Amino acid sequence: MTSAWVLGFAAASEADDGCLGGKCASLARMIRSAAPVPPGFAVTTEAYRAMLATQGLQADIDAALRGLPAGDVRQQEQAAQRIAQAFAARPLPEAVAQAVAFEYLALCRAEGANHDELPVAVRSSATAEDLPDASFAGQQDTYLWVVGADAVLARVRDCWASLYTGRAIGYRNDRRIAHRDVQMAVGVQKMVDARVAGVAMTLDPINGDRTRIVIDASWGLGESVVAGEVTPDHFVVDKVMRSIVVRNISDKAHEVVADVRAKRTLRRDVDQSRRNAACLNDRQIEAVATMARQLEKQLGAPQDVEWAIEDHPAHPDGRLMLLQCRPETVWSQRKWVAGAAIDQGLEGLVANLLKPVQIHV
Amino acid sequence: MSSAKFPSPYELAPPPGAEDWKGMYPYYMCFRDERRQEEEGKFWFCDSQHWPQPFKPFDSLTVEFAVKCLGQYNTRHYMVPPANGLEARFHNGYCYLSPVAVAPADIPARVEQFMERAGHYYTNWPSLLDNWRRKVLANIDAMEALKFEPLPDVVPLAWIKSGAGIDNTVPLLAAYDEALALCYRTWNYHFEFLNLGYAAYLDFFGFCKQNFPSISDQAIAKMVQGVDVDLFRPDDELKKLAHLACELDLANPLRAGADAQATLGRVAAQPSGAKWLAAWQAAQDPWFNFTSGNGFYSDDKYWCEHLDIPLGYIADYIARIQKGETIERPVARLVAERDRVTGEVRELLASDAQAAFDGKLGLARVVFPYVEDHNFYIEHWSMGVFWRKMRELSRVLQGAGFWADAGDMFYLGRNEVRDALADYCMGWGVGATPVAATHWTPVVAKRKAMLAALATRPPQPALNTPPQVISEPFTIMLWGITSESVAAWLGRGSGEHKIKGMAASPGVVEGLARVIRTADQLSEVQAGEILVAPVTAPSWAPVFGKIAATVTDIGGMMSHASIVCREYGLPAVTGTGCASTTIKTGQRLRVDGSAGTVEVLAAA
Repeated sequence: MTSAWVLGFAAASEADDGCLGGKCASLARMIRSAAPVPPGFAVTTEAYRAMLATQGLQADIDAALRGLPAGDVRQQEQAAQRIAQAFAARPLPEAVAQAVAFEYLALCRAEGANHDELPVAVRSSATAEDLPDASFAGQQDTYLWVVGADAVLARVRDCWASLYTGRAIGYRNDRRIAHRDVQMAVGVQKMVDARVAGVAMTLDPINGDRTRIVIDASWGLGESVVAGEVTPDHFVVDKVMRSIVVRNISDKAHEVVADVRAKRTLRRDVDQSRRNAACLNDRQIEAVATMARQLEKQLGAPQDVEWAIEDHPAHPDGRLMLLQCRPETVWSQRKWVAGAAIDQGLEGLVANLLKPVQIHV
Repeated sequence: MSSAKFPSPYELAPPPGAEDWKGMYPYYMCFRDERRQEEEGKFWFCDSQHWPQPFKPFDSLTVEFAVKCLGQYNTRHYMVPPANGLEARFHNGYCYLSPVAVAPADIPARVEQFMERAGHYYTNWPSLLDNWRRKVLANIDAMEALKFEPLPDVVPLAWIKSGAGIDNTVPLLAAYDEALALCYRTWNYHFEFLNLGYAAYLDFFGFCKQNFPSISDQAIAKMVQGVDVDLFRPDDELKKLAHLACELDLANPLRAGADAQATLGRVAAQPSGAKWLAAWQAAQDPWFNFTSGNGFYSDDKYWCEHLDIPLGYIADYIARIQKGETIERPVARLVAERDRVTGEVRELLASDAQAAFDGKLGLARVVFPYVEDHNFYIEHWSMGVFWRKMRELSRVLQGAGFWADAGDMFYLGRNEVRDALADYCMGWGVGATPVAATHWTPVVAKRKAMLAALATRPPQPALNTPPQVISEPFTIMLWGITSESVAAWLGRGSGEHKIKGMAASPGVVEGLARVIRTADQLSEVQAGEILVAPVTAPSWAPVFGKIAATVTDIGGMMSHASIVCREYGLPAVTGTGCASTTIKTGQRLRVDGSAGTVEVLAAA
């Protein structure tokens, strides 16, 4: 049993979900089911609450939000600025800072990195995120290739503050979600130095077809795919027949990679030989699809998965890592209706006969 | 609305030497000048799947009977609500089909009738099917009983003594009419269940596509298809005989090379030979009533009449057994795969949809054995007997001086044969020489030359403007007339090096191409090659065991070739439109049966 401020993903159980926020709870669940997730820990919602209790921060936040007119974007922005300043003016509570630094250094040791030098991703994990009926995803921030405890602490505070960007304030106001009902945990996770990364969905987002797995992939870290900065290679796998049915290779002009010395990521041009080359071979495509399918089966619903492949001496095709897994929210919500009720029997057969096949040439 | 268009038949002149080809076919099955506008308003597709060669005049009756009987079940038996039959035309020797739509106002009344009539068949399918089998076998027996023999010098004494009062021409003429009537009846039986089978399959197919818009046709077919069907029995019998030969140490006498008689003689000379020969005999009835063609042509070769064919396959199987290969179809794996795919698809459905899935799949599985098996009983067995009888008649008339070659009768239309018979009977009856060869020699010679000319030019895949909707089940399921196939015929999605077709059977392989146009060329196929042909046939199955993949010009998901390839675990791409005329033997190909593409990797 660790302190209330931090909790290692591998040490968490389902009972801890309430203090982990959506993303961290999901990561913990994936680690429990032996998915290939990079190791890490959560800075819990308890830590966030401790921050809010510091030197009247909550009072400052309440003051900034009081009387905010609905739909007034400019005023929401102003409120956001005030709240950001309020966060920035306050260091983390001492006990929290120590716990986070301690956990980070332990992670450095466990992963064989030099003291205080393990690159990590610092990700927001709000408690109202990843709910099927509230697509908060993308509302809050993510920081990549963060190195050193001090930098981690600074990013943790930035993540907390991101609960109160103008957009997030407006989003909650529009949906009548009380600001106090949303709490923030932060995930600190070992970075994957991705050779190629991307996303996978266990249904076809074009038409909701659940027999398809679609994969978007590009060189370098997956942020370029997730953020839509690059046109990724697009692959479709037939989930049932277990075959690759579409391979659309695009011109992948840029990639985001780690600048190890500078301890940050950088965006650079992709060299000519790789730009129009497929960034995944068939074995890798199958590995991503298999992992996504297994997650879907385990979790019982279509999934939206972020993955990355890093070079590894023991794996000629690289090592596939799972970065994120959340329920698909758009198609899974729809009730499939085949006509008023599904036509069965002879009536159904006749109804089907009366649907002519369209020819488009 | 696209202006994409195929040529008009009225613009497609015959090759030189074949200008008078229309005289070979019925007047009601040609494009006529005075109906040009009407005919050009219809879309015609070429059925090179069933009928890849130009037709001899007599053989064209198979087209006529088949197409007409297909149509009658839609139009007059079951009243398929949106679809009547298909019209058929011969053009430059090949057959083209055009679906006949139903006026929308007529559909509601047809729905009611369909429910009653088709409903009766769906409800009573097993017992009606048992009855069907009895009828077909009785029909075959009746055809077997027909005799075509030369007219004797004298009417038998027994007929005089019994006061029969008829001569031998009476039964001869009756036998000919009876042969045609029994053939016609055969085709009536062929379609008795087929249209309904396709309709049930389409119901399940449509349901899957509705719930999973991009689900592969292959996945759907895999869930329905049977695993142990009569269509594969002939090949299974050969495999059993090959194993028996190895057990009885008969591999050497059965080695490839000699003709059938010599081979069987070598076997008989062995101590264990009698046992093998008994099994060989037993397998022939009925399983050697099997053609390497498709049953529609008078010169299709049947195993029971060309024993060298099955013996050749057996020699091949023996060689593979001796190399330690497993020659059996992977039945257990296919069943496991079918169950896996079914379970996984079902799991992806919402629970209220699962009941409908079960019902529709259940019916599709009930009807499917017929869809696969009828081919053996009709095209192979029944038509095998019919052609054998007609060849007997042709030889009788050859002996009577009507033509030089044993198979020349097939250059006459079926009504012309009646005239030839009357000529024969008249001469015999009055004691004079029939006109015979004097009349027929130039006709046969001219027609042989015309057909040779027509065969030099492969057919257009389609004529006129493609329709916007297709509602006739066969057109979709069997011939695979879909947007993709029509686009492929128009040459879209295909380049010089990549050909697009239908993903008929999954798997990706590379290998050297072997392009053949007829079954006679099957012996040219080498192990590991990729077979490229206008169409393949289920009876080529023994070759399927040694090739890497098949690629064809035409064929839908439900064509027999597609079904067989899936059963044999062989990658296949069908419906390419142009593979057999674009690809050359010896080119290195990459065939992707999951994606439906064929790439030419390197020149021959």
